[in-house]
Amino acid sequence: MQVHEIGKQAALLLLADGRLPAGGYAHSGGLEPAITAGRVTDVAGLERFLIGRTETAGSLAASFAAAACAGSQGGDLSGLPMLEAELDARIPSPELRKVSRDLGRQLRRAMNSIHPHSHFAALGRAPHQPVVMGVAAAVLGLGPREAALAILHENTAGAAAAAAKLMRIDPFEVHAILARMTARLDRLAVKAAEFVNRPFADLPAPGSPLTDIAAEHHRRSDVRLFAS
Amino acid sequence: MTDEHKTEETRALRLGIAGPVGTGKSSVIAALCRHLRDEFAIGVITNDIYTDEDARFLKSEGVLPEERIRAVETGACPHTAIRDDVTMNLMAVEDMERDFAPLDIVLVESGGDNLTATFSPALVDAQIFVLDVAGGGDVARKGGPGIGRADLLVINKIDLGEHVDVDVVQMVTDAENARDGAPVLPLSRKRPETVEKLCDWVRQMHKTYAAGGHIPIDPGPMAPHHHPHADSHEHGHPHSHSHD
Ligand SMILES: Nc1nc2c(ncn2[C@@H]2O[C@H](COP(=O)(O)OP(=O)(O)O)[C@@H](O)[C@H]2O)c(=O)[nH]1
Ligand SMILES: [Mg+2]
Repeated sequence: MQVHEIGKQAALLLLADGRLPAGGYAHSGGLEPAITAGRVTDVAGLERFLIGRTETAGSLAASFAAAACAGSQGGDLSGLPMLEAELDARIPSPELRKVSRDLGRQLRRAMNSIHPHSHFAALGRAPHQPVVMGVAAAVLGLGPREAALAILHENTAGAAAAAAKLMRIDPFEVHAILARMTARLDRLAVKAAEFVNRPFADLPAPGSPLTDIAAEHHRRSDVRLFAS
Repeated sequence: MTDEHKTEETRALRLGIAGPVGTGKSSVIAALCRHLRDEFAIGVITNDIYTDEDARFLKSEGVLPEERIRAVETGACPHTAIRDDVTMNLMAVEDMERDFAPLDIVLVESGGDNLTATFSPALVDAQIFVLDVAGGGDVARKGGPGIGRADLLVINKIDLGEHVDVDVVQMVTDAENARDGAPVLPLSRKRPETVEKLCDWVRQMHKTYAAGGHIPIDPGPMAPHHHPHADSHEHGHPHSHSHD
């Protein structure tokens, strides 16, 4: 492949990089409550947790990021409130809905300073993170698949990064899990982008109810390292 | 509606309070609120390493209405939250300024951490670095960005000097030498005249800021540091990454 054919990959790396200053480091993606409850205790358990998260919360976020990106690419943001409502309906835990909106505000605040665009202002007061990710991807010239992949990566790598602070684990093992998951993330991103021309109500609704319950317990616990 | 940047006229003086854990940052904030709340409209943002202990302490002190004290959870990354990725704190400050407009001063307490953590100029207009005599008389001599170049260096708990065998006068002299004449304030909550000096410094800073005469200085970047999860105590190179 010639260099000029590489497309927008650098923009995708920028958006997906955990060092993007949007406050993601304060969250464990449900890993802390899972460890506290004794559900994740070792490397194998961490791998199962991360796969489960990616296939549920990750895929959910990915299809919404892809849909938001597709709408934003066409310059039509009028569907976003309905998209937001559909996402609300797919997140049972009030705490996780709030986390998604907090992270969305932060991502919007960061991206609107990094790469200002009028679409960011059109997002409403507290937009969900996947929706902001989709709009940010479009603004950077990326498409629905890339938006989906960026949020899948953020979902998975963010939780994985918390592992080193929460459990006795070799950081190389954590990244070995992420390396094993790369093909899965690519596949899920493609799948998430297949819904872009369908009504929002038809977007998938994968979930894992125990993580929603755990998130509520976590909010009420007095000692925690991570906000979620 | 979006999270707009505030214009200069409606923006409060954003004053950061940094320094190692336990040196007295929360106490300094409590003292400032108690003494200045009738002169200035004040809000406080705390940054905790875990949970919201500092916010709870300040609320229990009753120095401000509870809703003017808000906690930002930093996910065990207190220095990231004031330096490399200030988005959460910046939004907490902006929300506070919007919800209680007009505010004169927003105080931001850092979650603590080590000697090298200082606020980014993107987050605060001025910063106070707090050391205490109980941490050792030689700490001021060690220097570093906060000790050397914060707008004000406070040496707190001077009442404890004799109990921990620290020569307070010497420690203050060392600090002054490390700071090229920038202000050093020996402080104890048991010596009201020192608390009054602290308040005067903040009054003066607010006046200068409001008149547009204060230019934020950046004490400088963090030095290489030790991660909570690292096994070795030496890093040979400075670095940063997403979750530190
Ligand atoms: N003796 C003495 N103790 C103080 C003084 N200021 C604070 N302390 C104590 O130092 C401890 C740590 O104070 P705190 O404000 O919570 O420190 P922070 O962790 O930097 O916020 C508390 O037990 C305070 O009561 C002081 O001026 N003199
Ligand atoms: Mg404190």
